[in-house]
Parts: sequence; C-alpha cells; structure tokens
Amino acid sequence: MQTANLFPLVLILAAVAYWLAFQRSRAVAAPLGGVRHLKALPTHYAARAALWSAIPGLIVLALWTGFEGKVIQGIVMGSLPQDMWPDSPGKASLLLSQISNVASGSLDPDLASEPIAKAAALLKTLREQSSLFMTILVILITVLGAAFAWFRVAPHINARNSVETTLRRIFFVCAALAVLITLGIVFSVILETVRFFGRVPITDFLFGTSWSPQTALRADQVGADGAFGVIPLFTGTLLISAIALLVAVPTGLLSAIYLSEYAGKKVRSTIKPLLELLAGIPTVVYGFFAALTVAPFIRDLAESIGLEASSQSALAAGLVMGIMIIPFVSSLSDDVINAVPQSLRDGSLALGATQSETMKKVIFPAALPGIMGGILLAASRAIGETMIVVMAAGLAANLTANPLDSVTTVTVQIATLLVGDQEFDSAKTLSAFALGMLLFIVTLALNVLALKIVRKYREQYE
Amino acid sequence: MSNSSSQVEIVRQSLRRRYRKERRFRMYGIAAIAVALLSLFILFADIIGKGYTGFLKTTVTLEVELDGDTMYLEDPTNPDEIAMADFTAPIIAALQTHFPEAEGSAANRELARLVGSYAASDIRDLLEANPDLLGTIQTMEFLAHDTVSVYVKHADNPRYTVRLSERQQQWVDELMEKGVIETGFNDILFSKGDSREPANAGILSAIVGSLLTMFVTLVISFPVGVAAAVYLEEFAPQNRLTDFIEVNINNLAAVPSIIFGLLGLAVFIGLFGMPRSVPVVGGLVLALMTVPTIIISSRAAIKSVPPSIREAAEGIGASRMQVVLHHVVPLAMPGMLTGSIIGMAQALGETAPLLLIGMVAFIVDVPDGLFDAATVLPVQIYLWASSAEQGFIELASAGIMVLLTFMISMNALAIWLRKRLERRW
Repeated sequence: MQTANLFPLVLILAAVAYWLAFQRSRAVAAPLGGVRHLKALPTHYAARAALWSAIPGLIVLALWTGFEGKVIQGIVMGSLPQDMWPDSPGKASLLLSQISNVASGSLDPDLASEPIAKAAALLKTLREQSSLFMTILVILITVLGAAFAWFRVAPHINARNSVETTLRRIFFVCAALAVLITLGIVFSVILETVRFFGRVPITDFLFGTSWSPQTALRADQVGADGAFGVIPLFTGTLLISAIALLVAVPTGLLSAIYLSEYAGKKVRSTIKPLLELLAGIPTVVYGFFAALTVAPFIRDLAESIGLEASSQSALAAGLVMGIMIIPFVSSLSDDVINAVPQSLRDGSLALGATQSETMKKVIFPAALPGIMGGILLAASRAIGETMIVVMAAGLAANLTANPLDSVTTVTVQIATLLVGDQEFDSAKTLSAFALGMLLFIVTLALNVLALKIVRKYREQYE
Repeated sequence: MSNSSSQVEIVRQSLRRRYRKERRFRMYGIAAIAVALLSLFILFADIIGKGYTGFLKTTVTLEVELDGDTMYLEDPTNPDEIAMADFTAPIIAALQTHFPEAEGSAANRELARLVGSYAASDIRDLLEANPDLLGTIQTMEFLAHDTVSVYVKHADNPRYTVRLSERQQQWVDELMEKGVIETGFNDILFSKGDSREPANAGILSAIVGSLLTMFVTLVISFPVGVAAAVYLEEFAPQNRLTDFIEVNINNLAAVPSIIFGLLGLAVFIGLFGMPRSVPVVGGLVLALMTVPTIIISSRAAIKSVPPSIREAAEGIGASRMQVVLHHVVPLAMPGMLTGSIIGMAQALGETAPLLLIGMVAFIVDVPDGLFDAATVLPVQIYLWASSAEQGFIELASAGIMVLLTFMISMNALAIWLRKRLERRW
C-alpha cells in the first residue's frame, strides 16, 4: 500500500482506538457507579489510546518512507557484478535510472544486458516486498499500540497525566522543528560547500572577479576549469538592491509618515490595505511586469535620449523590486513611528512647532534606529529576492555600476545552476550551494543586526 | 513699539515660510502614496491589458466532408490505416469551398495553416470513436492556428508581429466576415494542461498541482505551527533553549525562499531520495517556509487572549492542558486562522524554491496524486512568460489574473474572518 493511503488509514485506526477505549472506560466505570469513580475522564483514556496507536505508526511510516528508496538502491547496486560498479555518482544515477526504467516496463527487458535485467527484477520484487512489509508493520504497530492502551483502561490509572505529558512533548517537538530546519539548511549547504572548496580555493571564490561556471565536458577543452569569482555576482546583487532601496525607502517612509501623522482614519483604512496588497502580489507577477513591460520601456526611453541600454537592465529589475518592498518599509516604519511616545509629540507641538517640524526634528530622530532596522530587513529581502531578477535581470556576470547594463545576481545564478537536470558532483552544481551559503550568511547577518536594533529601540520606549 | 512690531513682522514672515514648508512636506507624503498606488494601478492595468485576450480563443467552424477517398482511409477501425491516413485533406477541402481560387500545393499549405495542428487529430479522434461517420458531412469547430489567433486578436498591436502572408490575411478577414472564424470564451484554458501550442494550452493541471501542493503544506504547517506557538506561549520555561528556539523562528521567517529550495533539494531529494517535481516535496518545502509565519501570527493570537480566562479556568480546577485546549486555543483560533490563510496565500504565490526541486517540468496531464509529477500555477506562469512563442504571453497574464484572484480572495477571506470573529477584550 502507498504511503499516501497508509497515512489516512493510521488516522482512521487511531480514531477507532479512540472510540473503543472510550466505550471500554465507560464499561469499566459502570459497575463502580459511573465515570466519576475513574481517575480520569473517558475522553482521556480514549485520547491516550489514539495517541499510543497513531504516534508509533506514523513514526514508522515516516522513517520507512524516508529511507526505503536509499536502502533499496543500495541493495540493487550491490547485487550488480563487481565490474559494473560505477566509479562516479553521475554514472551511478544513469545506471540506476536504466534499471528502474526496465523495472517499470518503459524499457524492454530483452534489450538490457543480463545483469541489469536481473537487477531490475530484484528492484521490482524489493519494491513490492518493501511496500508489503511497510503496510503490515505500520498496521501491526498501530493496532498493538491501541490494544496496549485498551488493556490499560483501568480505574486506578490516571490517563490524563500521560496524555498531557505526551501532548506537551509533541508541542515541544513542533517548536524545536524551527531549530531543526535551521540545522537542515546549514548542513545541506555546508556539506556541498566544503566539497566545492575542495575543488575551487576559497580565496578564488571570494575574491575572484570573473564568473563563468561552465565546466567543460573534457579536461582538455578551452575554459575547462570555469571561473568561480563571486565579486561580479555580489556587485550585481548590490546594484539591484541599491536601486530597489532608493525607490522603496523614500516612498515607503514618506507614505508611512503621511499615514500615521496626517491622514484621517478613513483615508488610512482604505490606503493601508491597498499598500499591503503590493506586498501580497507573488514575485513571479512582478518578474513578469519587470521583464515584459518595464524593461522594454526603459530600453526605449534610454534609446530615445541617446543612451544605450540592455534589454535586461539592472534598472528595470531594481525599480520593480523597489515597488515590491515599499509596503515592507512603510509598515515597519509605521510601527516604529507609532511606538514613539505621544508625550514627545505633545511637547514639541506645545512649543509651537508645526507638524512637519515635529516630525523632522523630534519623531524622526527618535525613530531613526527602528527605521534603520526596518531598512536593513528590507535590504535583506531585496538581496534574497529571486523571481524578479531571474526573469528581468540577465545571466551575464558583468562587473559594472551602470544601471542600464545587464547584471546578474547571486540568486539568479543559484536558480539557473540548479534548474533542470544536473550532475550532483560537478563544481558547477556545487558552486550553487556555496552561493546559497553566502546568501544565507549575508541575509542572516542583516536580519540579526536589524532585529537587534529594533528590539533595543523598542525597549528604550517601553 | 517699532521694535516689537518688527519682531511680529519677522515671526509673520517666518510663519509663512514654515507653513509653506509644512504644506510641502505634506505634499511629499501624498506624492509618495500616489507613486505607490500608481504603480499598483499600472501593474494591474498592464496585466489585464495584456491578458484579457488570453481568455479568448479563436475558432474556425467548417463543414468537413469526411470522405474516405481524400483521406486514404477505408476502415477507421483499422489502427494501421488510421496511422497512415491524411486527416488534413478534408480541412483543406472545406476551406477550398470558401476560396475556390486557391489552388496548388503552396495555397493548400497556407490554407492548412489557418487551423491549428491539433485539428487533424480532432478528426482522427472523432472517426476513431464513431467509425460510421466516415463519408458524412460534419460541422466541426477547430482551434485556429496561433498565427491566425495573433492576427485576429492583436492585428493593431505593435508588440505582436503578424506572421501571416498577405493572402492568408485576406482569407482570414473574409472568413471573419462570414462568421467562420470567431472568437469565444477560452474554455481550454480551464480544461487542459500545458501544451507546446498556446491555443491548446491551459492551466488546469497547474491549478490541480497547486491545490495538491497547498494541501500538503496546510496539513503539515498548520498543526505544527499552532502546536509550536502553544508551546512557546503557554508551556515553555524561561531558559536558553526557549530563547534559542525563538531566535531561530524569527530568523527563519526572513530567510530567502530560494534557500528553502536548496534545503529541499539536498535533504528531500538528495538524502531521502524522493522523486523530483512531485507535490509532496513541493508541499513539504513550502510548509517549512510557512511554519515560521504561522507560529508568529498564532503567538500573537494566543497573547491577545486575556489572562483572566486562564485564571478562571484554573480556578475551577482545570489542568494547564485543559485550560489551553478548551479555552485559550478556541478563543485564539480566529487569529490563528487569519495568519495561516495569509501564510498559505504567500505559499501559493511562491516560485523560487519550487524551481530548484524540479517543478518546472512540462506537464500536460492533470496530476492525479501527491506522488505524480506536477507543476504549480506560479511556475506555469514563469514558464510561459519566458517562452519565446508570442501566444504564451497572454496566457501567462491570464494565469496571473487567475492566481491574483485566488490570492485576493484568500486575503479577503482572512480580513472577513478577522472582522467577523475578532473579539475585543
């Protein structure tokens, strides 16, 4: 049976366990004179039965589904004669897909060589057996858990404590998942990055000024090494992000000031959701807009005043990205401006300052650290943004500061290097993980710094 | 006296200057908002302007004589004959009845290119299903060729290049006058998957893929997010571990989405050997991305439940878990739902991480399970937008309109829920 079917089955079994334990606890309580003679309510016994049956079953199911593929692969590859063992991961995956194609029937077994046909037959039986064993094991464990809980329905056993402890632990595991995700990110990028640095020296990566990750198929071809210098990618990212911030910061900040200090309640309540709509639009839509409307418009405009512009200019991507992060800047600054105590405002106005003077000379300086934090968060958002630049910025790694030129960014390169089929072992693929690591570190640093500033600022006025 | 009057004068002068400044400052604010709203307006106008034609299809309705001789087909039940038969011939013949002057192989080729390349297979499918129709005359509606469709829809739009010959343009004009070529509502858009031909491509498989992916995301991220929020707000002791978890959650919420794609690629596909481009993996990756958002909004919702509720429940002997499960969580549920809907709307529009786990495959069939290769709506839009064929641009915009409709209705639902169920304590 498939995982997709077993999962609901386990849940159904748990529900049955719940119902059975519920009935049994009532039956146990009846001769004693009602459920009040039990140590816990019938629902507690029932919930315990459901938990004890569902949790082990689901854990086994998840582990089996997770490791089944790898284990079967290992056994099948091990069954091949020694002289067929692949010497590189690329060949291994080729061989494996050949075997699985034969097994699934899309490749004629008669055409394949004998060891492969054998391996395919083995793969097929292993898959069937694995699926059968998994079904039996999961159902068995679920039923055993339910039976155990069913027998443990007794007046002197306090099911409530065990249910509550179990639930608490589940809640804790869910919260700890955040740590697990971070660890997963760190490990998945670190492992590949270390392998990458085994081939390309870290100094070449960090300080190289040329990026052309095309590695040749043969060692003697021209440009066989590829160049993995990250500087042009970084300047490209910074150029686009800087343009975005130049658009978003003044617009966002001024709209936040107007909305929080001048606008009436009605205006505020209509304009704010409209601005937030900008943040809710998917990035692929912005990418579409940038690539098909803004970029040609900018190129034509530049040509009409005699400048030469690329059809994938940094300016187009930056402008549209700026529009995207306007609501980000404005809602963060709005929070910060509103957090400035009213007494500061009142004091300034009482001295005869106009509203704009109060804003510029009192509130803005007081809110500046928080606003800076907000801008840093917006910058990290801009640096990590992918779809707009994938669609509207180019692939050529130019080291330039001209916004009308085409540049490429870290995220564009990650996406282009990893989309489609790739050999898992080439420096080209690994470099994407190194770029991911760099991106993760930079955005993490910006976020930590920003959150620190914002928090410190909040404490100041609380 | 004169001294004070000159002071008044100075103050008056400066007041005028200061009020001017005040007005100017105010104008800056209004201008900033105008810029933001204008870009929003331009964005929508541009997409609707580009995409409304995506909801239209161009059809050619012809009286086709299913003549066995012209098709070299005697027995439609014979698969060999079906494979060899020429199903374009009846279409050319039907078009020639409108233009008897068009003769010769060049003219025939141009005539045949007025209908899409699927027209011939339409006839084949019809004959395969009803062999007794051979020899009859049928009125059939075919999709027009993409070049015809572009000409009909965008003849006066300089962005599009018309790739029809002069003669073909005349024919199309004439057929439009006769009502043979018509535009109608594009039902194919909502009933088919991707195709190499814009006229035959739809978003149904992408929508189903999106729904399956969102299902996985919701099933994982909502319970996990709510449970984590409950733990952090109600049970977590004040210690280093809790602080560490909190810092982690806040940072995860700001990690670029493409990094989650790397995680999915390395862990789910690399380590666990899960298949590429299936909704399960996509949903898992998006769930990991959405969990921090749900945790943060659920915590805010739990925080807003007043302590008096907890104290009252504890006062009548409820355990901590009962207080939380019977009172706090139900009261916080509207806020949690709102946050989750907004998080799901974000996940629905997410593209970058799904590119990395291979959901960019060319998917024609509607996926029928969580482990079936699929694509999602935003990725489909990306694929169409980067396609060279000009007919795909309007489809991409039409897809964007559908996607935005989904997102805006989800957000509207969240706002409505908040208004409807929110309680002021």
